Amino acid sequence: MKILVPVKRVIDYNVKPRVKSDGSGVDLANVKMSMNPFDEISVEEAIRLKEAGKAEEIVAVSVGPQKAQETLRTALAMGADRAILVVTDEEVEPLGVAKILAKIVEEEQPKLVITGKQAIDDDSNQTGQMLAALLGWGQGTFANTVELDSDSITVKREIDGGLQTVKLNLPAVVTTDLRLNEPRYASLPNIMKAKKKPMDEKTPADYGVDISPRLTTITVTEPPVRQAGEKVEDVDALVAKLKAVGAI
Amino acid sequence: MKTLVLVEHDNANMKDATLAVVTAASQLGEVHALVIGSGCGSVAEQAAKVAGVATVHVADDASLANQLAENAAPLIASLMETHDAFLAPATTTGKNIAPRVAALLDVMQISDILSVESEDTFTRPIYAGNAIATVKSSDAKKVITVRGTAFDKAATEGGSGTIEAVGGASDAGLSSFVSEEIAKSERPELTSAKIIVSGGRALGSGEKFEEVITPLADKLGAGIGASRAAVDAGYVPNDYQVGQTGKIVAPEVYIAIGISGAIQHLAGMKDSKIIVAINKDEDAPIFQVADIGLVADLFDAVPELTSKV
Repeated sequence: MKILVPVKRVIDYNVKPRVKSDGSGVDLANVKMSMNPFDEISVEEAIRLKEAGKAEEIVAVSVGPQKAQETLRTALAMGADRAILVVTDEEVEPLGVAKILAKIVEEEQPKLVITGKQAIDDDSNQTGQMLAALLGWGQGTFANTVELDSDSITVKREIDGGLQTVKLNLPAVVTTDLRLNEPRYASLPNIMKAKKKPMDEKTPADYGVDISPRLTTITVTEPPVRQAGEKVEDVDALVAKLKAVGAI
Repeated sequence: MKTLVLVEHDNANMKDATLAVVTAASQLGEVHALVIGSGCGSVAEQAAKVAGVATVHVADDASLANQLAENAAPLIASLMETHDAFLAPATTTGKNIAPRVAALLDVMQISDILSVESEDTFTRPIYAGNAIATVKSSDAKKVITVRGTAFDKAATEGGSGTIEAVGGASDAGLSSFVSEEIAKSERPELTSAKIIVSGGRALGSGEKFEEVITPLADKLGAGIGASRAAVDAGYVPNDYQVGQTGKIVAPEVYIAIGISGAIQHLAGMKDSKIIVAINKDEDAPIFQVADIGLVADLFDAVPELTSKV
């Protein structure tokens, strides 16, 4: 079985994003970039399925700037077998990414696509569901546990208030949530080996899909800042204060 | 503009999350509600009473019992022939279904809106709420998810919508429901609790979390939340998680105990009316957003607080 794992290059999750003073976006110049944390979980899950003998090949794919090849190299160093980079300097929206991925799925014929439930830059939480819709496949979103069989996958999903288990016919799309696994770090020998693994470079034009944006960002602003209040000395003062503001 | 609002429910009761979506939709135009489920007639009646709802469309079919996206999305997409905007709550149900509808309609969804600026322009949080983007959609139809804490709740009484049955539901044959584990609790749900007591990694263990946090929450009739660090450490289940990757809450009072205040946590609770922080580390970032802060060892301070409130 082949597994396709779409990954995105995003601002590192430890970096505090700064809004540009002209309101045009978030300043990404000279900022550390990494693989979207949810996509790391996806790569890890695919590798575990391969290690369990349930998958043969893992193909990592990314739609993004030339530098997204670093992100794909990370996926290869973790254990993906090969990579496809669809190079574009334009910002591609989830709908456009899903359309490109659908074309790649047609070519590659994976039985499973595993991707992060959302990217931590635009926080859209759309690409996996959109891809499943375009392909007419089932979707197991916000996965907490997956169990893969030859013609179906059982996905335990994180839902509000608890967990829901669904069974999907293969092929299917799974999007990953935080508790699915803890991604491994790539070892130095594997990082070296990853440099020799194959990476195809494509452009959106190769897939002949319309990825022109549907949303225009008018401005990006700082959220309203909350002012720090006061510190109290002890629990008695805290209780008094809570009563004074009518909190209890 | 004619809007279609996805009603959040469990086939018996409409959930509060629906009400904020009705408010957002009413800023766009006429509000039609959509109930998809099985044996969900009472939900339709509740939805019809919500102030501002003109019509309730009800798709009542066995294939929709668990609101599987594969079965729900084609039905919603077909209803969008006669509606201009589809709005769903940004709950796990809405987030699962709405993008599937958007792709079927060839529309780019606008996720998690905070405000309606005009019929095609909205604000939404990006980068875990560290920035707010104002975006304008060029799609003819709109597909939107709505952040519940950003809009007032529509009144549950006063409406007199007409109820109309919707046919055409079918099982897409792609997926099936297996089981559900919903935590049963007398406690208020996080997203509707007036007071939330939330614990962090400093609690040290699941036992300590239970021992320290639960009695205070019981005394205050509060919901219980947790930071991602506490969830990752296995102290509590994931549905306790407050933050960018968990639940977004805005209670009257949020009491953060042993929570340092990582960006990702603040993104989930900074709209709370009053924030109280108890932390040993006086430099913890949580104090920068707290209205009332107490620098103290939580293992001393919280039991004392519990005994005095």
